[in-house]
Amino acid sequence: MIRDQKALDQLLDTLARFVGERLIPLEAQVAHDEAVPDAIVDEMRGLGLFGLSIPEAYGGLELTMEEECLAVLVLGRTSAAFRGVFGTNVGIGSQGLLVDGTEEQKRRYLPKLATGEIIGSFALTEPDAGSDAGSLKTTAKRDGNGYVINGTKRFITNAPRADLFTLFARTNPCEPGAKGVSAFLVAAPTPGLRLGPIDRKMGQAGTVTSDVILEDCRVPADALLGGKEGLGFKTAMKVLDRGRLHIAAACTGTAERLIADALSYATTRQQFGKPIAEHQLVQAMLADCRTEAFAARCMVLETARAKDEGKDVATDASCCKYFASEMVGRVADRALQIHGGNGYMAAYAVERFYRDVRLYRIYEGTSQIQQLVIARNMIRGIAP
Amino acid sequence: MKVLVAVKRVIDYNVKVRVKADGSGVDLANVKMSMNPFDEIAVEQAIRLKEAGVATEIVAVSLGIEQCQETLRTALAMGADRAIHVHHDGELEPLVVAKLLKAIIATEQPGLVIVGKQAIDDDCNQTGQMLAGLLGWPQGTFVSRLKLENGKALATREVDGGLENVELTLPAILTVDLRLNEPRYASLPNIMKARKKPIEKRTPAELGVDPTPRLKTLKVSEPPKRLAGVKVDSVAALVTKLKQEAGVI
Ligand SMILES: Cc1cc2nc3c(=O)[nH]c(=O)nc-3n(C[C@H](O)[C@H](O)[C@H](O)COP(=O)(O)OP(=O)(O)OC[C@H]3O[C@@H](n4cnc5c(N)ncnc54)[C@H](O)[C@@H]3O)c2cc1C
Repeated sequence: MIRDQKALDQLLDTLARFVGERLIPLEAQVAHDEAVPDAIVDEMRGLGLFGLSIPEAYGGLELTMEEECLAVLVLGRTSAAFRGVFGTNVGIGSQGLLVDGTEEQKRRYLPKLATGEIIGSFALTEPDAGSDAGSLKTTAKRDGNGYVINGTKRFITNAPRADLFTLFARTNPCEPGAKGVSAFLVAAPTPGLRLGPIDRKMGQAGTVTSDVILEDCRVPADALLGGKEGLGFKTAMKVLDRGRLHIAAACTGTAERLIADALSYATTRQQFGKPIAEHQLVQAMLADCRTEAFAARCMVLETARAKDEGKDVATDASCCKYFASEMVGRVADRALQIHGGNGYMAAYAVERFYRDVRLYRIYEGTSQIQQLVIARNMIRGIAP
Repeated sequence: MKVLVAVKRVIDYNVKVRVKADGSGVDLANVKMSMNPFDEIAVEQAIRLKEAGVATEIVAVSLGIEQCQETLRTALAMGADRAIHVHHDGELEPLVVAKLLKAIIATEQPGLVIVGKQAIDDDCNQTGQMLAGLLGWPQGTFVSRLKLENGKALATREVDGGLENVELTLPAILTVDLRLNEPRYASLPNIMKARKKPIEKRTPAELGVDPTPRLKTLKVSEPPKRLAGVKVDSVAALVTKLKQEAGVI
């Protein structure tokens, strides 16, 4: 749903300018330094990017899902490293609080997340619990007026920057499945919480992940999200549900960027006496890229609109995440192919994007998990 | 002190301009339009003056078609307090714009008027100067540095020979150049809030100005395509070519 087309156009225009004038020129530097310059982070705060999804009542922009997807389509046109800075505040680092937090918890943290004064992070995955997140082993034991948490969280995006973790731990040891899990709001730094070394990754240089290690980490009772035990897994699933559309939009924006790069290369690079874009096999690659990216754009925006109308989009959001993340992999592969040897060289952005987009098929639910969700919902849908 | 800034809606600087097939003008159909970049610098300067406590109110003015209101919204989102749109659907020449601005200034009574040194569409570079002439106010053109103190504007002008420092008694007209500042992006929350700020609508008739153009555009054509250059292998060859072929030395 778009509330005010002209305001949104102006907003998207401003984002496009910021991406084109400020971020794209810095991509190579950020990849090399593995860090986003502080001045750019400040500009992001000034622009209000940290609060895209947070309600106006808490100082955010309260974009609808369709508006958010349109914004992310623009932001997807540059390195994920930039989106990574504020991405957790917009998505997994704030949404748990937003959907299931108490009013007091929301008032305490959401305004600061919206301005970017604090960074939120989402700690679900563990060394032995990935796709099967419901089997997580981190424990939170009731102890006097609080909880004591023990365990290790793995691959936690923005952990090294985080001031607030939405962290999932088992409060009921007798219940080994999802029902025994609760969500906590753990402020950092705090005694008993430490970080592992920053992970060395295949791509997305400039985004940061690390282990979060909890050793007798004591949190007050009011750190329990929503004030109720046993609802953590449901919270996690709601957060990831919303995140699927966001990621699908990011994948699609990146695909559109890659297509623009490939098109510009294909129309200037000459072989056999003409631009390679005039060779039909190159045209086939361009057309396949365009067609698939367009399909993803339609899927994402259609599903976002349906979500804004209050429809249940769980299955379709999974379809979007599954298709868009696989699609951008194929688009990156073709875009690299169109660049020939140059595509394999670090001097061209496509080499970097090719590695960056690989992640999208893995996190926030692998492609296989999306397939399972889609098929199970289909089967459930015809059950008597 | 009230500051008045004029902002023009022009073809976005990233757009590759195309001339209409019949040579009657530039093709504007489905072309992205934005605020003239020099006017963005004017707005930015006004905001900085307000942030420094020198200016108290910023009024943005745009003249032209209905969509100029979008340009005004951008100025409002950046930090202007209110806006005036002078609605006119036809062509507006610099002299007409200057007369209309003069009429608005008569009621608004600003202490300072800041405009871009030129608009990137027609590159006229006339409006500020004509306005100063009509008002009989001091003018500082091509300003690249500015300081206001004791009712005076100390402006550094970028002129062909270098930099010129001038002192102007306020109220005055400034036309601003590229190096004066780097305009901010309007923040996303401010873009939303700017939708609620007031835009006052006026017409040339109300302001007592006849907008009829005095010039007629006969033909617009593309600049000639640049021909490929040649490489020379020595300084001597270069000098010979510059003398004999280019005729520049
Ligand atoms: C860069 C990065 C950032 C991340 N950020 C975060 C974060 O901020 N917070 C967080 O909590 N987590 C984060 N993760 C973790 C991420 O969500 C998990 O890696 C992901 O869910 C997969 O879990 P896993 O790595 O344990 O793989 P596994 O679950 O071990 O899966 C391995 C393979 O088995 C397949 N598989 C598993 N189960 C099934 C099944 N039932 N049927 C068919 N196939 C199956 C998978 O699809 C996959 O191909 C991040 C990961 C990465 C790489």
